[in-house]
Amino acid sequence: MQTTMTSLIEINKLNLYYGSFHALKNVSMRIPEKAITAFIGPSGCGKSTLLRTLNRMNDMIPGTRIEGEISISGTDIYSGSVDVETLRKKVGMVFQQPNPFPKSIYDNIAYGPRLHGIRDRKTLDEIVETSLRSAVLWEEVKDYLKRSAFSLSGGQQQRLCIARALAVNPDILLMDEATSALDPISTLKIEELVQELKNRYTIVMVTHNMHQAARVSNQTVFFLNGEVVEYDETEKLFSNPSDQRTEDYISGRFG
Amino acid sequence: MTPRKEFDHYLDQLHEMLVDMGGRVERALADAMQSLKDMDISLAKKVIATDPDINRLEEQIEELGAKLIVTQQPVAKDLRRILAAFKIASDLERMGDLSLDVAKVTLRLEGQALIKPLIDLPRMAEIVQTMIFESIQSFVQENVDLAYKMAKDDDQVDALYKQITRELFSLMLENPLTISQSMQLSFVGRFIERIADHATNIGESVVYLVTGKRPDLN
Repeated sequence: MQTTMTSLIEINKLNLYYGSFHALKNVSMRIPEKAITAFIGPSGCGKSTLLRTLNRMNDMIPGTRIEGEISISGTDIYSGSVDVETLRKKVGMVFQQPNPFPKSIYDNIAYGPRLHGIRDRKTLDEIVETSLRSAVLWEEVKDYLKRSAFSLSGGQQQRLCIARALAVNPDILLMDEATSALDPISTLKIEELVQELKNRYTIVMVTHNMHQAARVSNQTVFFLNGEVVEYDETEKLFSNPSDQRTEDYISGRFG
Repeated sequence: MTPRKEFDHYLDQLHEMLVDMGGRVERALADAMQSLKDMDISLAKKVIATDPDINRLEEQIEELGAKLIVTQQPVAKDLRRILAAFKIASDLERMGDLSLDVAKVTLRLEGQALIKPLIDLPRMAEIVQTMIFESIQSFVQENVDLAYKMAKDDDQVDALYKQITRELFSLMLENPLTISQSMQLSFVGRFIERIADHATNIGESVVYLVTGKRPDLN
């Protein structure tokens, strides 16, 4: 895909193995900054695996082996000198099920900044408010910051998790099926939120919902059996894909 | 039935409706021209009476297409197929109206002797009938080459139209009493020429359906 945007993430000849299973095959791509890139494909195609390589979540899975290179802002994130905690601060992640900590709304957001050494109450207050505003949750929770995060609805909990990720000031937000457990209205709210956030963050989302990818993303990557089949502007990929396999998948002929 | 099977079933139905509509329009033009040539009033009335059926088919195609967009959320070629069906149905509906306009001329000329035997207008109509048939065939077969070939025939139609208007113009100059009928006959030429343009539009829809690109076949 030809893109005039600056790429923030560069993946070069990436191969990933879970033991003997070859999960990602020779994947190369550039992901532009301050845009939304969607990964689509049938179950087991490698899209979530690739997403998890971007903040080294796969490091925790025994038997994982990686070849090739992923660089973010020019730094190879798999080089020995990279501190994984710092990387994950820069590359936040939101999961399928909202996973707030069993703490108050306030403490969920303040958790990361505190971990990174911020103790000043006023600074923390500011971070909590800014993050909740960014996640379009502030107005709904500003009077209940001391309540348990579990008192929130599923959609609110997911926005809380997004606010929590934003609190440590990341560059990149990874979303792994972040709306698949939510009702349509909550999904719409998250989608609108993501549109707002792309002006400030680079967002990479994995979704099983192709229409969500079509609605929300700027670029879409279609994966099949661990390989990138097609990577293009979302509008082009969904209106006139170049590869017949993409056409078959998005038209529901398999998968 | 899996969702895709149902979707394919309805897409086939959409196809069949367009083929049916194309056949009706082709017949309407043939009958309208025949009615004019033979001054056959009852045939002209038949053409006028069948036009609502063509209009209804357009509505049905729009309804089915809208239903498929809502229920199946089509993308890529599926989406282009439905968009092309809307456009083709709209072109065919206009072609039906223009055929009806030809038949109305027959009614207007009722009781008059033709100022000249009709040779070029029926020739023009014949070429356009073939264009209608081929435009629908190019859609059914997704045959871009046929769409281009069909559109080329529009040049012949345009040339005949020019020739007809020239001829009628000189008749009017020679004998002002022919003006009224000459005007009606030149309208007929114009109606048929417009039908041919709509056929080339169908060709454009076919190219869009197959390639995703929008050519100019006119």
